[in-house]
Amino acid sequence: MRKYLLKRVFYMVLTLFLVATITFFLMKLMPGTPYSNQQKMTQQQIQIMNQQYGLNKPIWQQYVIYIFGMLHGDLGTSFQFSNQPVSYLISSRIGASAQLGAQAMIFGVFFGIIIGSIAAINRNTWIDTTSTVVSIIGKSVPNFVLAVLLQYYIALKLGWFPIADWGGFSYTVLPTIALGVGPLAETARFVRTGMVDVLNSDYIELARAKGLSKFGIVYHHALRNSLIPLVTLIGPYTVALMTGSMVIENIFSIPGIGEQFVKSILVNDYPTIMGVTMLFSAGLVAIILLTDIVYGIIDPRIRLSGSEG
Amino acid sequence: MTERILDVKNLRIDFHTYAGEVKAIRDVSFHLNKGETLAIVGESGSGKSVTTKSIMGLLANNAKVVSGSILYHDQDLLKKSEKEMQNIRGKDIAMIFQDPMTSLDPTMKIGQQIAEPLIKHKHLDKKKAWQQALEIMKLVGINDAEKRINNYPHQFSGGQRQRIVIAIALVCYPEVLIADEPTTALDVTIQAQILDLMKDLQSKIETSIIFITHDLGVVAGMADRVAVMYAGEIIEYGTVDEIFYNPQHPYTWGLLNSMPTLSSTKLEAIPGTPPDLLDPPKGDPFAARNPFAMKIDAEQKPPFFKVSETHYAATWLLHPNAPKVTPPDEIVRRWQLYRKMNNQTQVH
Amino acid sequence: MEEKIKLNSDSFQPLAKSESLDNEKIAAPSLTFLQDAWMRLKKNKGAVVSLFIVLIMVVVAFGSTPFIDHNSLVKSAPKYANLPAKIPGVSINGFNGKLKVAGKWVDEYRQNNVPKDKYFVLGTDYLGRSLAERIIYGTKISLIVALVATFFDLTIGVAYGIISGWKGGRVDTIMQRIIEIISSVPNLVIVVLMLLVLKPGMTSIICAIAISSWTTMARMIRAETLSLKSQEYVLAARTLGESPLKISLKHLVPNLSSIIIIQTMYTIPTAIFFEAFLSFIGIGISSPQTSLGVLLNDGQKNFQFLPYQMWYPAIVLCVLMIAFNLLGDGLRDAFDPKTRR
Repeated sequence: MRKYLLKRVFYMVLTLFLVATITFFLMKLMPGTPYSNQQKMTQQQIQIMNQQYGLNKPIWQQYVIYIFGMLHGDLGTSFQFSNQPVSYLISSRIGASAQLGAQAMIFGVFFGIIIGSIAAINRNTWIDTTSTVVSIIGKSVPNFVLAVLLQYYIALKLGWFPIADWGGFSYTVLPTIALGVGPLAETARFVRTGMVDVLNSDYIELARAKGLSKFGIVYHHALRNSLIPLVTLIGPYTVALMTGSMVIENIFSIPGIGEQFVKSILVNDYPTIMGVTMLFSAGLVAIILLTDIVYGIIDPRIRLSGSEG
Repeated sequence: MTERILDVKNLRIDFHTYAGEVKAIRDVSFHLNKGETLAIVGESGSGKSVTTKSIMGLLANNAKVVSGSILYHDQDLLKKSEKEMQNIRGKDIAMIFQDPMTSLDPTMKIGQQIAEPLIKHKHLDKKKAWQQALEIMKLVGINDAEKRINNYPHQFSGGQRQRIVIAIALVCYPEVLIADEPTTALDVTIQAQILDLMKDLQSKIETSIIFITHDLGVVAGMADRVAVMYAGEIIEYGTVDEIFYNPQHPYTWGLLNSMPTLSSTKLEAIPGTPPDLLDPPKGDPFAARNPFAMKIDAEQKPPFFKVSETHYAATWLLHPNAPKVTPPDEIVRRWQLYRKMNNQTQVH
Repeated sequence: MEEKIKLNSDSFQPLAKSESLDNEKIAAPSLTFLQDAWMRLKKNKGAVVSLFIVLIMVVVAFGSTPFIDHNSLVKSAPKYANLPAKIPGVSINGFNGKLKVAGKWVDEYRQNNVPKDKYFVLGTDYLGRSLAERIIYGTKISLIVALVATFFDLTIGVAYGIISGWKGGRVDTIMQRIIEIISSVPNLVIVVLMLLVLKPGMTSIICAIAISSWTTMARMIRAETLSLKSQEYVLAARTLGESPLKISLKHLVPNLSSIIIIQTMYTIPTAIFFEAFLSFIGIGISSPQTSLGVLLNDGQKNFQFLPYQMWYPAIVLCVLMIAFNLLGDGLRDAFDPKTRR
């Protein structure tokens, strides 16, 4: 088990290193300079700026400096906000994004499980059809469209929640829904299919032959067996939440990573772009490793083969 | 007179499929006496599993009981609500399933899986239920039961798993035990162990068994009486000796003839396939595969002809007007043995 | 037996061979794999309706080419700016040229002195361009982006998957590591990075989407290839010395076709979503070019006062996405014999 973990962590670091390298050279291919007031600057000013940011050094030196910096948690200096280290920029904004992401994940998975299992239990009834329609719509309607609609009708027209900005819990409700509907739809579909399979399995028939009630069967046997594979979806959900945050945070003016990322893209602030890319990638890789470990813990079949292997 | 604890009368079950109504069970009647083992034999698709599932009230959603009754101690099980059936299933009537590899919940400790019926029906607390689970595990021959009670199904071999499935079925000491091909999925050596175990437990627990199988060989050592099913109907039934040594229906002949024996040199297969139950033939369903088929077989369904008090067969060959036919050699040999056996008992 | 037994004189004559019942007859008609799948798809109402919607949208979008001139869409006509929908003969508020301003329905066409015979079925945008024309044109652009990107995605993914699965061993390991690295960065982030490097525009978006999203297809194709590789007919072809290329074209691709079709049906809506997403946040296609994402971006700015400018493109986008997703689900169920119940 420990050997397996070490191997996984090693590959994780290797992957991140490669991602950093590729991103770095990709950014070097970017046309134009990163200075927003480029037109007004003289050649001399540009040179001074380049010197200040270390952009006059040969590319391989810049690369080595960047990689070593990263090992010490230094992601460079933002071009957009002069003299602000990227790491500071990120750490000051990560709280909002993490909170929003976690809430959206919990919201989506929780209601997705409920909708999906109710649909599976009442297969081929109007309840099933309704939940299928809901999950198809949830999967198909882009989250930014939903966000704009929620913002206008719920916040502006009805005034139930704040329109935008970041404050208490009430500020998080609408962005959480907008962000969480995708995972909700996906969970509902996944749980429904899984539970339909489980409900058709032999061990459910045996449970029925024991005389257990419908509720007992679902609660003791069907739920656990159909929810365990759900863990594998946490990785894809993380991706969805990361990308979703880019546009949702923008619409609701939330000071998070996604909003910063879009801003940086629009002004070619590449140290920040690289920093956020690395953060997303590290987060994603860590979560995938974590879900693999969790999967091994909650599924007894894998647990055993893991300890033997 | 022996007590009938289960009496199935004129059962008809249809399955609704996208191709049409499949008439899976077509007028089936049989009964189970207290303490005996009744074997229902037939090839796959003959309706034996459907019959037992209807007793358990576990029919699939697209199945419909068209007519008939299933009397258990004078109560019609088909008229019971789902809630009432839940109180009978696992307590009075229990079931052993075919494939032990898939019939245990992979994510639940087997102790809990065995204890579940006790908690449900005997209202025991978890500790007591586990204690009884442990006892029954020992009874079905799981070694080191104290430790293994905490294991998960994948940690057991196929034979051990079937022992656990048996333990689950017997943990409430049911009056009727339905075993649906309990040995089909197992290795031959394990099969014998499981059969021995079932016989042993039957005497200890005093339960009546309905034993479903497609393998006549398994039946000989297990059953008291045998019913042969074909295309959703019972075509011959009698005591185990009557079916094995005095078979009357050509299908039963075919089954016996396709079974290896010490003297046989060649196994005979029954040619053809069973009829499509979407559109069952109006006459004898076996006519198309029957080398002894007569005109009447294509036109009218044969009624049951009485062979003895306990032995009936549905074939026109038993009609007084029917020509005498010579069954396959193997059957003739069995008939001779049967006559010899009867003479001996008479002399006795 | 309650039925009366009727006996004829010849009842007990043996059944002649020719009369013997045909028991090999099978009641259900036999169908080829594709016919079977098509039959099952036809039973799925949602999928059939979706198929029609997709076909209609494709035909309208691409059939409009001779009628909707790109130049006229770029030109602005400020005197017609922000007019609501007006359909002659319809008097429902919102579709008769009236707009709700401060709680009252105002005839915007009269207010802006628009000639009597001039009308816009879905109204106009902030530059006086017909919204209906822009939506049709934008749908075409979105569809082109999605279809072309999906085509490349499919080609790369299938080829990569087959090679990886077929070669096996070290080649497979390395190829899988590459996929792992690519998928350790969210797809859209890769697309964004690509867009920063490439010159912004339709081609770049297509490339960016294609480059980032083939990994799913490659993974699925690899897994299936691995299992097909050990099938008898493939082994037989190998033993007979057929070339790997020929085997993959003759044996693998036909057997992979259901996976490819299903996966394609899911890739198209994803690509449509990516385009809309990128254009919406302002790094994809940008005005005066038109796509569904651009229209949403334009519409969002005025949403508070002129909600129709966002609603119409949003509805078109959602219907397109729903139709593709339903069609994908329908095809998956039709092709997958496991769900055949």
